[in-house]
Amino acid sequence: MKKLFTLSFALIATVIMTAQNGKSIPSMKLKTLEGKTIDIAQIKNNGKPIVISFWATWCKPCKAELNTIAEDYEDWVDETGVELIAVSIDDARSSGRVEPYVNSQGWEYTVLLDPNGDLKRAMNVNNVPHTFLVDGSTGKIVWNHNNYSPGDEEELLEQIERIAK
Amino acid sequence: MGQFVYSQEHADIDLGSISGNTQVIAQYYNEDTLINAALPDHIMGLNSFTNVNYSRGKFNAGIRYETYLNPLEGYPSGFAGTGIGYRYANWKNERLNITIGNFFEQFGSGTILRAYEEPNLGLNNALDGIKIKYEPYQGINLTGLIGKQREAFNDGLINGNGMVRGFDGEIDLNTLFDSTFADSKFRISIGGSFVSKYNNDNTTPDFILPKNVGAYGGRIAMRYGKIRFSGEYILKENDPYPNPTDERFNYIYNNGEGILLNLGYSTKGLGIDLSAKHNDNMLWRSTNVSVAPTSLLIGFLPTMSKQHTYNLASTMYPYAVNFLGEVAFQADIIYKIPKKTKIGGKYGTSININFATAYAPNRTYLNDMDSSRNSYTSRPFDASDSAFVKDFNIEIKRKFNKKFKAALTYFNFVFDDRAILVAQKHELIYADIFVAEATYKINKHHSVRIEAQHLRTGQDRGNWAYGLIEYSISPSWFFAIMDQYNYGNSVEIERLHYPLATAGYLNGPHRFSIQYGKQRAGVFCVGGVCRAVPASNGVTFTLTTSF
Repeated sequence: MKKLFTLSFALIATVIMTAQNGKSIPSMKLKTLEGKTIDIAQIKNNGKPIVISFWATWCKPCKAELNTIAEDYEDWVDETGVELIAVSIDDARSSGRVEPYVNSQGWEYTVLLDPNGDLKRAMNVNNVPHTFLVDGSTGKIVWNHNNYSPGDEEELLEQIERIAK
Repeated sequence: MGQFVYSQEHADIDLGSISGNTQVIAQYYNEDTLINAALPDHIMGLNSFTNVNYSRGKFNAGIRYETYLNPLEGYPSGFAGTGIGYRYANWKNERLNITIGNFFEQFGSGTILRAYEEPNLGLNNALDGIKIKYEPYQGINLTGLIGKQREAFNDGLINGNGMVRGFDGEIDLNTLFDSTFADSKFRISIGGSFVSKYNNDNTTPDFILPKNVGAYGGRIAMRYGKIRFSGEYILKENDPYPNPTDERFNYIYNNGEGILLNLGYSTKGLGIDLSAKHNDNMLWRSTNVSVAPTSLLIGFLPTMSKQHTYNLASTMYPYAVNFLGEVAFQADIIYKIPKKTKIGGKYGTSININFATAYAPNRTYLNDMDSSRNSYTSRPFDASDSAFVKDFNIEIKRKFNKKFKAALTYFNFVFDDRAILVAQKHELIYADIFVAEATYKINKHHSVRIEAQHLRTGQDRGNWAYGLIEYSISPSWFFAIMDQYNYGNSVEIERLHYPLATAGYLNGPHRFSIQYGKQRAGVFCVGGVCRAVPASNGVTFTLTTSF
């Protein structure tokens, strides 16, 4: 009985700790900055890693995270083939600022617009920044993280390298 | 939780997957008469919600369980108890998407219809009914919906009496005619909406109120190379509402008109964005009785100004859209001085200049309140001389080396609080704010961030100073202490400090934080909607997690 209890507890703890990992990206159509419509679940990146990062133009840690990654993004792509999809949750008040900001910073990411928070809700995101790592070969989330502190991008890179092998 | 697949000798049964998220905010209130801190009888407030979603193949369903025992101080009225606040079932394939129960949706910019949620504001106008989205052919997207609107929460979801029905169609011409246009440098899409509400709440004997009110919208978005343009026009039929504070807007039979224009140019290193908006009598709700300010809104009227994030700039004199009408303009220039240049430095330097202003529309009053009650006429973009707000700000950000980066920001506000009614003395306020921020990366995992802000004004409560130090240990810990000091208050005993300490722990999608100290009374805004937050003294626990 005690063993069963311990096992159940360990199972629940593992489930809570792995939180969201192992799930697929929901199918949802979003617009790019050019106005094209893409279904995010259809992005396969040839089986290579995919990073989905929720951000907004009013979210400073989000911009800090994406600008920090942008400095080394070319190297990350060369090394692992990763594709970073930056999903903006800016609504009608600030969505006009997304494109000028993205271009002024010279980001090479795929930027998608989620103005009413539909994908944010479907992926159970509470606050931005929230970053997911998807294994392109299975389409499943393998890692995710809320918040950004300087240095977090190094852990993201380690996780990308782990699945890129 | 993960994907459950039960594997037997002969068959794999897909049992689907469960996911969700939780947010809990609990506050414990201390007495503090010096700052007029809120002190409710129940001493502790707790707002919480949990979404649990089930998904299997093309089908998904979920519920949200909410708890307000008791709602946090400053939260709007209409929230109490504990129960289910949201529930839905959805089926979709590549062309068809059907939702029953609660759903959110936005047509165009949201001016004609936006059902959305902002839990930190206590705003949730989810629709409850049925929504069907259909893509009959590539590039054509149709949406039809009908439902009642969430009005309040009292041990469960409570819908208002009104009903909203809407239809929206959008055509992406490049995708529709993809054989010729798919890779064209010129992109264009058009859309149209029709939204109608039915409401029989108000049976005032004085006026005949329309039970069905319709609104019509058209929009276009174009781009050519680096230039893009979008425009939206909304016309709302007459929809008289009670207005107890201003007789000129009380049960008037004007139509409502909304125009939104946006022109942008962006290339690598430079982005320019110009916006203009005209709103006249565009507020509309699925009721025609007086309700709380953020209740039963059908459309979303965005504030045409930059959402500031620095404390003194965003919570002292924030501008929120004027529901009765405004003419607003905004210009935004974002430029990054290229890296490895003399002025730009090794990593480049970002400059952001923004200017936003909103005016009352020029209205010619008709004195016809005894006959047709059209009250006034106005023309699109015809602004009066009285500006509600002028907001100029400039920000310069630079990374100096691998360890150090800094930002300097200057704000200049002209804020007509006689019309906006946010500050204490309701006067015309001139304020400017300086902010300096620096981040120093001590080593691979440790970094420290410092912020200093100063607000200078001759009105309201005078000058303020603000300081913040934040220490973070990637990826799991952060600590911060901050203080706001109203040193410039003309009344000496009101020169108060508001110190606050925060600590937090993060692990993957889990975030836990605890905050202790004094919070100044202020205004908290998201989008075009604001909520006044009372002063408080106490402890706040926040937990957010996804599973």
